[in-house]
Order: sequence, then structure tokens, then C-alpha cells
Amino acid sequence: MSRVRVLVGTRKGAFVLSSDGKRERWEVSGPHFAGWEIYHLKGSPADPNRLFASQTSGWFGQIIQRSDDGGKTWTQPGTPPGERTTPEGQPKAESNKFVYDTSAETGKPLTTHQFYDGTQHPWEFKRVWHLEPSLNDPDTVYAGVEDAALFRSNDGGKNWKELSGLRGHGTGPKWQPGAGGMCLHTIVLDPTNPKRIYVAISAAGAFRSDDEGETWKPINRGLKSQYIPSPEAEVGHCVHRIAMHRSKPGLLFMQKHWDVMRSDNAGELWQEVSGNLPTDFGFVIDVHANEPETVYVVPIKSDSEHYPPDGKLRVYRSRTGGNEWEALTKGLPQKDCYVNVLRDAMAVDSLDKCGVYFGTTGGQVYASADAGDNWTPIVRDLPAVLSVEVQTLP
Amino acid sequence: MIRVVLPPHLKGLAHVSGEVQVEVAGPITQRSVVDALEASYPMLCGTIRDHITKQRRPFLRFFACEEDLSHESIDAPLPDEVVSGKEPLLIVGAIAGG
Repeated sequence: MSRVRVLVGTRKGAFVLSSDGKRERWEVSGPHFAGWEIYHLKGSPADPNRLFASQTSGWFGQIIQRSDDGGKTWTQPGTPPGERTTPEGQPKAESNKFVYDTSAETGKPLTTHQFYDGTQHPWEFKRVWHLEPSLNDPDTVYAGVEDAALFRSNDGGKNWKELSGLRGHGTGPKWQPGAGGMCLHTIVLDPTNPKRIYVAISAAGAFRSDDEGETWKPINRGLKSQYIPSPEAEVGHCVHRIAMHRSKPGLLFMQKHWDVMRSDNAGELWQEVSGNLPTDFGFVIDVHANEPETVYVVPIKSDSEHYPPDGKLRVYRSRTGGNEWEALTKGLPQKDCYVNVLRDAMAVDSLDKCGVYFGTTGGQVYASADAGDNWTPIVRDLPAVLSVEVQTLP
Repeated sequence: MIRVVLPPHLKGLAHVSGEVQVEVAGPITQRSVVDALEASYPMLCGTIRDHITKQRRPFLRFFACEEDLSHESIDAPLPDEVVSGKEPLLIVGAIAGG
């Protein structure tokens, strides 16, 4: 029978939640990296026992951790040759070096972006928001970082190199931070075209590369954002999340700061599909594993509050690719609920009856084993959840 | 040997429970001690000082012998008690946050 493994990043550590395919009884492992913020952890599709985690701290900076046994043990990649262990016998390792490209060939124009006050500000590395392992190579993994940039490692997370064509394509000086910082938080790899990569940045917008990350272009046509004077603005949009279905990689769904959007042509043009949602603000968006037109969002009240409308935690599902949405409430709190669901905190498994999972800033991780009809908390009292990923295992 | 006390998060990262001891060649300074520390525990690279600039991270402080040495030159000699091993160099995380 298949199994599922839910990878949860929180403000105070990582947790691994495991179940068989029934998804009724769960084992909880953790906290791993206790006390550290775990912005994201994700497994390699090419080797499901290989997991990558972004461990970060305002005090101590950025660490990348890797597990090669499904999360039982972790090490920082990069043991220097010939020096196997520390004096205490632990593997030597070093993996937290993210340095922006300042080379004469490709890095020279990449010096500043727009700051909150409108002045130009130097790029400063803060943390890794999102790790996206390659679909085919367990040693290749992408990292989306704050201040916004894309890095890639081809050696299992030991060394990282910036794909500086993104910051350098021309609009970089116009990018500016959103309330959460200027972060590259979404990386989507096209399973049918290994050269195609999508990323999203708050608050710059969505971008696409068709040559494995060497060159990039903004794909924000059709997006409309308050307070941006030009409706045709090439960048400046606060995209919160992009989701794609493996069987229809040209079809993208987006949760923008305001508006739920879809594109049927790989981001060339977006159209709004917010329809009857109670509010079209939110962070997460995901697509059913087996139905490419079935989409999930969690509407959140904004701009000031950032909690569910009316104190009711509701996932909304559209089976028509947007516009027509139904509230999914069974098993979710329908009164006095004031948690948020952050942008990386929803995922789906790929079992026949698709499982849907999301985590809240209140520390709950909810699961539905029937595509959202019914929900049960796997755990109720974790630290604030920053990210949720799911692996479907044989 | 120079004794160093790490903050709890970095003890976890280095997989140590108590003090660590490092052998330092030449003058005993903040720079040479952190150099030796990073050589023995490369997983700490970037966590105490910046990879490139070698500047101390903003929320970390260096203490020894009940003195805050954080604003001393990183190449100034550390106190004799640290050099002799009588006292440890304390690397302390700022007490702030949740």
C-alpha cells in the first residue's frame, strides 16, 4: 500500500508526519532542528528519501540541511575531502554560502533594487524561502532567496551558484520588497520541458525561463494591482503563489495579493477567476493531483487582518478551473478561528483519492483524504507552520 | 587549547553538548579563534561571522572574563585567562525575539 510523508516547516523546527495510504493514523517525528526557523523542506522526486531543508535564523544565518534517509537523519552537505569528522566524530560540512553574482561578465548590473522609500538599495542575502529539487536529478536543487534571487546546486546542496540572468534581465532595479521582504518564494519546474522554469517574487511578479534559468522574462500581462499606476506594468505585482498540474504544464493558477488568476498559455496572459470567493486575497493555491481544473485556495481577510473572514476557516475548491467556488468546511473550525495559512503551506498527494493538506500559523496541520470534502487535524499544536509539502511513497 | 562556549543553537549545529576546545596557532585573537573554530567545525561557517566580509553577525557578541569584547579589534589579543585556558571565550546570542 502506498504511504504519504508530510514535511512541515515551522517557526521552531521541522516535523515529519507519516501515514499509510488510508491517511487516518499518523506518526509524528520532530522537532528536527529545534528552535530554528524552517522555512521550507521538500523531497526529491528523483530520490524520495533525499530531502532538503532550509534552516534559518536572524541570529545565525542560513543553513541548508539534507537527509538521505527520508528525514531520519540530517547533515549539512559538503564534507571536505580527507577530513571526515569533527573532534566529536560528526561529519564535517558546510553548505550555507549564498553569494550574489558580482562577476564582471554577468553580475555588474545587479547592484541595487528599489527600497520601501523609493531609493535604490543593495541586494542583501537574508534567507532561503523555498527549495525546489530537480524532477530528474537528486543532486540538483533550486533555492529561492530573499533578497530575491534564484540559486542552483548541482552537487546535492554543497555549492550554490546564482542564476543571475533573473536579476539581470532588466527589471531588477524596479523590484521592491513586500511586507514580508523581497523574497523569491515560488519555483515551478515544467515536467514536460526541462528547460522551462517559473518563479514568483514578492513584490515583483512572475517570471519564466525557457533555457534552464539562463535568461528570463516577466510574465505579468493581465495582472492588475492596486496603486500601480499603469495597468500594463511589467513588474511590481505582489504574486503570492503559483501552482501547476503535471499533466497540463501550460495551465497555471496564481494567488496574487488580491485576485486569483489563471493562465492557459504558460503565463503569457492572465485572467481573473476569483468569481464568488468571499475575498480574493490569500496566500496558498494548489491543484488537485488528478484533476487539472480542480483548484484550492484559502481566502484570507486583508489588507490589515490576515485571518479568515468571519472567524471561519474555509478551503474553497473550484472544479471548473476557477470562477465557481464551493466552501469546504467539514472538520474545519467555523467560529473563532483567526489563523493564517502562509504561501508555502498547502500541498496535495497523488493517491487515487487525492489528499489535500495545509498548515496554519496556529500550529495545526489539516488533512483531507477525499479531495477536500472532509478535514481532520493531523496535529493541533505545532509552532506556527511556514510550509507543508507531501510525498507520495510506494 | 582555547576553550569556547557556543550558544545553544550552534552547539546543536556542531553536535556538541559542552564547551569546545580548539588549538590556535600564533596570536590568540577573536579572528584566530574563530578561524580555528571554523576549521574544526566547518558547519559553523557563516553562522558567527559573514562568509565574505568576516564581520561578526549583528546579534552575536563575544565575551570573556566578564568583559564584552565585541567592539574590540578582531585582531586584538584576547585576555591572558583565555590564552591560558583558565577562562573560555563566550560566543553569546542576543537575548531577543520569541
